[in-house]
Amino acid sequence: MASLDMQQVSKSFGRTKALSELTLSIKDGEFLILLGPTGAGKTTTLRCVAGLEKPETGTISINRENVVGLSPAERDVAFVFQSYALYPRKTVFENMAFPLQARRLSPQEITRQVEEIASKLRITELLQRRPTELSGGQQQRVALGRAMVRRPQVFLMDEPLTNLDFKLRVEMRAELKRLQKELGATFFYVTNDQVEAMSMADRIAILDHGKLQQVDVPEDVYSRPANQFVAAFVGSPRMNFMPCSVDSSQRRLVGSGWHMVLAGDALERLSKGSGLRYVFGVRAEDVQVTREANHETIAGKVYVTEPLGDRTLLDIQLGETMMKVKVPATFVTHPGETLHLRFDAQRFHLFDQQSGETIV
Amino acid sequence: MLRRILFWLALALVIFYFAFPLYWIVISSFKTIADVTRATPAMLPFVDFQQTLANYSSILLGTNIESETGVQAAASLGEFRERLLNSVIISGISTALAVGMGTLAAYAFSRFRIPGEGDLLFFILSTRMLPPVVVLIPIFLFFSNLGLRDSYLGLIILYTSANVPFVVWMMKGFFDEIPLEYEEAAMVDGYSRIEAVWKIVIPEAIPAMAATAVFSAIVAWNEFVLSNLLNRNYASTVPPYLNSIVGVGQVEWGRLAAAAVLFVIPIIVFTFLVRNHLLRGVTFGAVRR
Repeated sequence: MASLDMQQVSKSFGRTKALSELTLSIKDGEFLILLGPTGAGKTTTLRCVAGLEKPETGTISINRENVVGLSPAERDVAFVFQSYALYPRKTVFENMAFPLQARRLSPQEITRQVEEIASKLRITELLQRRPTELSGGQQQRVALGRAMVRRPQVFLMDEPLTNLDFKLRVEMRAELKRLQKELGATFFYVTNDQVEAMSMADRIAILDHGKLQQVDVPEDVYSRPANQFVAAFVGSPRMNFMPCSVDSSQRRLVGSGWHMVLAGDALERLSKGSGLRYVFGVRAEDVQVTREANHETIAGKVYVTEPLGDRTLLDIQLGETMMKVKVPATFVTHPGETLHLRFDAQRFHLFDQQSGETIV
Repeated sequence: MLRRILFWLALALVIFYFAFPLYWIVISSFKTIADVTRATPAMLPFVDFQQTLANYSSILLGTNIESETGVQAAASLGEFRERLLNSVIISGISTALAVGMGTLAAYAFSRFRIPGEGDLLFFILSTRMLPPVVVLIPIFLFFSNLGLRDSYLGLIILYTSANVPFVVWMMKGFFDEIPLEYEEAAMVDGYSRIEAVWKIVIPEAIPAMAATAVFSAIVAWNEFVLSNLLNRNYASTVPPYLNSIVGVGQVEWGRLAAAAVLFVIPIIVFTFLVRNHLLRGVTFGAVRR
């Protein structure tokens, strides 16, 4: 197992810049998930690490050894493709033995190692089948097995759970996390599913338009997003955003039809001119909903209710904007009712309207 | 009911259209000179005419054919066998070369970013646009000067270069259908690109290669004009020989039919050998996997 270090890696396809100066380090034995929307450059990043693409600039080091210029075969990494890419003419056993044959191990040794991994993944009874005879979940396990038999320096995984149905995906999340800890392996995993990232990763790296937005542990990515993009991308339902400005004389934020009094040193941290425009962000669960109005609350009208079972999601119209708010399932309301919202002075985010950077 | 009848009737018509000429050639090859030239054609062996192996023995062994009208001159001993061997060698080698080189080129066109790829592909195709007859005289002069006339090498070069464009176009389409991930997976698994292509991509492409090889082999096997002009003696192939049987004066239908049957057999055998791959190759990419 090994550490992985990318420094200033850039890659373009024609005029399209896929990656710009990506710098990212993965520790030995870490499960790092690269999260981002489609077309963010996630797969390109993995392919650069695997040696399937050649970056124009930058260095990629595995165990502090620069691997740029080495062929994929020389890098000792395993790649799990979204499509699994199981060799269709080979049986499961042959698929898993294939990387070991490249190392010229003896047939007995290959059989021993394949069977060991197969039992760990509970696919022993599938060894003589061909990939077309397997279900999606089984193919997924075989693809993992083919990666695991090699005991590679780094596992590269390109959306391996995307093609599975929902139930299986949830199961495999836990399974993958367990396997990773058991092997003590370094996982570099790509997905566009933020739930997957939150539930499995040791750390999450968020990528957009080829630029790294933030690298942090899941809790911090969720509660301390580096910018508006991260705040919007992570979390479901999406964070609510409303433009606002600062009224420093009354120590409050003012938006269209609402305001919020700032607490503590928050005002000092955005002291650079009061006329500037900001974006106020608050998550659905951080808004308190009551039926009694007071000087801190803002009135809004219920537009839609979406019962989720344990909670209910309300769409509330606030001036011109629509907000999503989570309330306990016991809070019964109906469209058209006027409710009163209170923002928590500790639990909100403020972004620069121009740059999207987080201010508070 | 009527629809079914019409369907079977149409089917019978189509089968008759394609199969009858073959049937006619086969029965003619077993007829005597008298039977083959009869005004009311003899259609059924054992019933309408007495079959004979004389035509085959004449073609293959050089025996004379005797009939009421006298003795027909035998073909020169073993000439057909030599020609057939020439055809097998020239078609076989040129097909193998065309499929081999064309497959490699097609792989490159399919997988790498090649500057001017579209233009190059069109250029390759455009070499097939000119009918060979147009360049017959230049080729004749070239080959005379280079000493390639009446040689295996000369026709192999011509047939190979005629088939390569076809192979490139066919195989590029097939390779485009094979997911890139297969060889990438193999390369990450510890193999070089060449090894990945050899171990993973080529086995996937074999049905397509078989289909392409059949088409290429048929083109080389049946080619007449170039062979007739360039290879008159030593390395002459079968098609000009068939023409020579037509000969002067009387057409020797029986022997011609026998030679034609013998000429068709190898290509049928070849097609039969690769038949399992053939259907998959021809329908490759038609079905979404």
